[in-house]
Amino acid sequence: MKYKTVVEDNIDILVCGAGLGGTGAAFEARYWGQDKKIVIAEKANIDRSGAVAQGLYAINCYMGTRFGENNPEDHVRYARIDLMGMVREDLLFDMARHVDSAVHQFEEWGLPLMRDPKTGTYQREGRWQIMIHGESYKPIVAEAAKKSADKVFNRICVTHLLMDDAKENRVAGAVGFNVRTGDYHVFKSKTVIVSAGGASNIFKPRSVGEGAGRVWYAPWSSGSAYGLLIGAGAKMTQMENRIVLARFKDGYGPVGAYFLHLKTYTQNGVGEEYESKWWPSLQEIVGKEYLDPELSHSTHRPIPTCLRNHAMIQEVLAGRGPIHMVTMEAFQDPHLEEIGWHNFLGMTVGQAVLWAATDVDPKYENPELTTSEPYVMGSHATGCGAWCSGPEDVSPPEYYWGYNRMTTVEGLFGAGDAVGGTPHAFSSGSFTEGRIAAKSACRYIDDGKADGISVSEQQVERRREEIYKPLETYTVYRNEITAGSVNPNYINPRQALDRLQKLMDEYAGGVTVSYMTNEKLLNIGLKKMKLLEEDLEKVAAENIHELLRAWEIKHRQMASEAVIQHTLFRKETRWPGYYYRGDYMKVDDANWHVLTVSRRDPETGEYTMEKAPCYHLVSMDEEEAA
Amino acid sequence: MPTFVYMTRCDGCGACVDICPSDIMHIDTVTRRAYNIEPSMCWECYSCVKACPHQAIDVRGYADFAPLGHSVRVKRDEEKGVIAWRIKFRNGKKDMELLAPITTKPWGSGTPQLRDVEAPTQEQRDSQQLFNEPKYIRFDEGGVHTLESNGLKMKEGVYY
Repeated sequence: MKYKTVVEDNIDILVCGAGLGGTGAAFEARYWGQDKKIVIAEKANIDRSGAVAQGLYAINCYMGTRFGENNPEDHVRYARIDLMGMVREDLLFDMARHVDSAVHQFEEWGLPLMRDPKTGTYQREGRWQIMIHGESYKPIVAEAAKKSADKVFNRICVTHLLMDDAKENRVAGAVGFNVRTGDYHVFKSKTVIVSAGGASNIFKPRSVGEGAGRVWYAPWSSGSAYGLLIGAGAKMTQMENRIVLARFKDGYGPVGAYFLHLKTYTQNGVGEEYESKWWPSLQEIVGKEYLDPELSHSTHRPIPTCLRNHAMIQEVLAGRGPIHMVTMEAFQDPHLEEIGWHNFLGMTVGQAVLWAATDVDPKYENPELTTSEPYVMGSHATGCGAWCSGPEDVSPPEYYWGYNRMTTVEGLFGAGDAVGGTPHAFSSGSFTEGRIAAKSACRYIDDGKADGISVSEQQVERRREEIYKPLETYTVYRNEITAGSVNPNYINPRQALDRLQKLMDEYAGGVTVSYMTNEKLLNIGLKKMKLLEEDLEKVAAENIHELLRAWEIKHRQMASEAVIQHTLFRKETRWPGYYYRGDYMKVDDANWHVLTVSRRDPETGEYTMEKAPCYHLVSMDEEEAA
Repeated sequence: MPTFVYMTRCDGCGACVDICPSDIMHIDTVTRRAYNIEPSMCWECYSCVKACPHQAIDVRGYADFAPLGHSVRVKRDEEKGVIAWRIKFRNGKKDMELLAPITTKPWGSGTPQLRDVEAPTQEQRDSQQLFNEPKYIRFDEGGVHTLESNGLKMKEGVYY
């Protein structure tokens, strides 16, 4: 084969995917491992990669403890309430107690954080969000990561983790290929931090054709965080907890600043407030403990995001759509109007383009909102990801196995979307998790846990063959047909993606079925998923770019299978508005106040599911009262 | 919006190819100029638009929901530390210019080289501290929050 093999050996810390989590990991690793070899492998260019490539107009996770605003446990409670109880509170507390130090360093690095002119504190958008001029958020943190890393390999699509042949269940590096040269890259490393992305584009999007790129989460977030970890046999948690976003229609422009800062609000197609009418029936599904509008009103206890989605979905199904965001009041203030536009330009330019294209001036017209197709990720208002160890001073025994943020595979750590049970980390929290993982990885090496790793030539060669197989398949079968993309021997990556999206949409609770599924549907979905997995052995790539897409779809498929397995396992409707189990239409705390944990056997592909206890962070006073 | 490239402005330098997070800006082998090879995987993130030294790249709203005739242009200046936007509506009624800072420091000057800072002590290694902590958490004398310091306990059971 014409492609070279490029081996990078003796790495101490390999960072796979350098979005906010990966840049945090590479940055911090240098401090705890000043003599260690730190290498980044990134699918794109770390100056503009990951979900923050485009920029952000807010940092959504900042405690403000220095200003007396919040303590870490306040944020844990917020995340618990928003996710209907299903979070890893040890990991959340740990992230929250460190996150401010990351944000304060960002400011020092040159990221423009807005200040409240009256108080001198950071300009709050909401209780947890601070406003920033963050167009260059990613290039700024990338600078820090580049200074720390020995080498940055841009344009390397990491396809698999390497496993130690000397000791079972221990990581030994990763392999992938260069999407420009096509060369095969082998990274032999003592530890690996997977900080790759969550999964967009696994459920059929609302948009068609060109617009399929205008997904809420970046189209390059190909679920590699999950593909890599599941492929290595790491345990996963909360993979059923997909997220649906209520956003401006088609452009999926963010609504946070609009709700929180501009004080815009929603109404139905005939101009009525609609949420409250759905609360009584919703209360029958989730119970008063999870939805108590009066209490929420008097104490500012937030109403979970999924439940507000539910009201929007039901109102539209009842025929009173569309849902509008009432902007006409706020936008009369020229200052707020400017913020409204800046908010899009800073993080979702496409929404500004769409309003310019459709002459929607929110000063004179209330724009439409919609609920998106589902996404699988672990850093926004949901917590899919790997089952990771927590910090020794916080975690109960079931959550602790020696190294903070280490997965169930030795030497394999996670950050950002890769870590399960830690929603509401967002950009700053993902960066913080990367830092935590890096410190742990250094410690793991210093403790001698990575001694004696051996990778056989056989393993390296087997992966090489596997990686290039789609090119081979194309070469072998292309000339059996005259022209075009219809071939009885293979499918191309786009065709595979279409199949995956249709399958997930119809059987796993996508947008065309109003997020509804049940056991029968999920079982059919699983069967079809297996067939897709088989056909992905025959996915064909015409060139290196298509080879990238081929591996992205393989990672997406792995993530999707986990979603179905987990959704099947959890026999309740825990998050109405994210998805519904039609056969179990209630929250069931008696049986399901637990975290779901899965493992896919890398040899057989068989899944095993288990329940893990859900611990909560309670104050001593609360405990005494109980 | 899917990007497109103006024939007369592009010189095929490849800055867009180098930066595109989605790997969809490629050089056409016939014209030797850049183009978007896969519009349905374009997030309209504007990374290529900002990176182009000739302002040769623009966007046209997705064909399935955005009518023609609009414009959102941008110029990002790292030296001045600002980004300038211009938004023009299809009907011509709105034409906005917006300016925002992108950094407060000369580019690349604010980030530290951790290889050169004083190495952490064993005590710090064994603690829960990260770099610059505990100072950077609150800029006071206090330590990293713990269960004990905050009067907390991890408890199994149903809490809301």
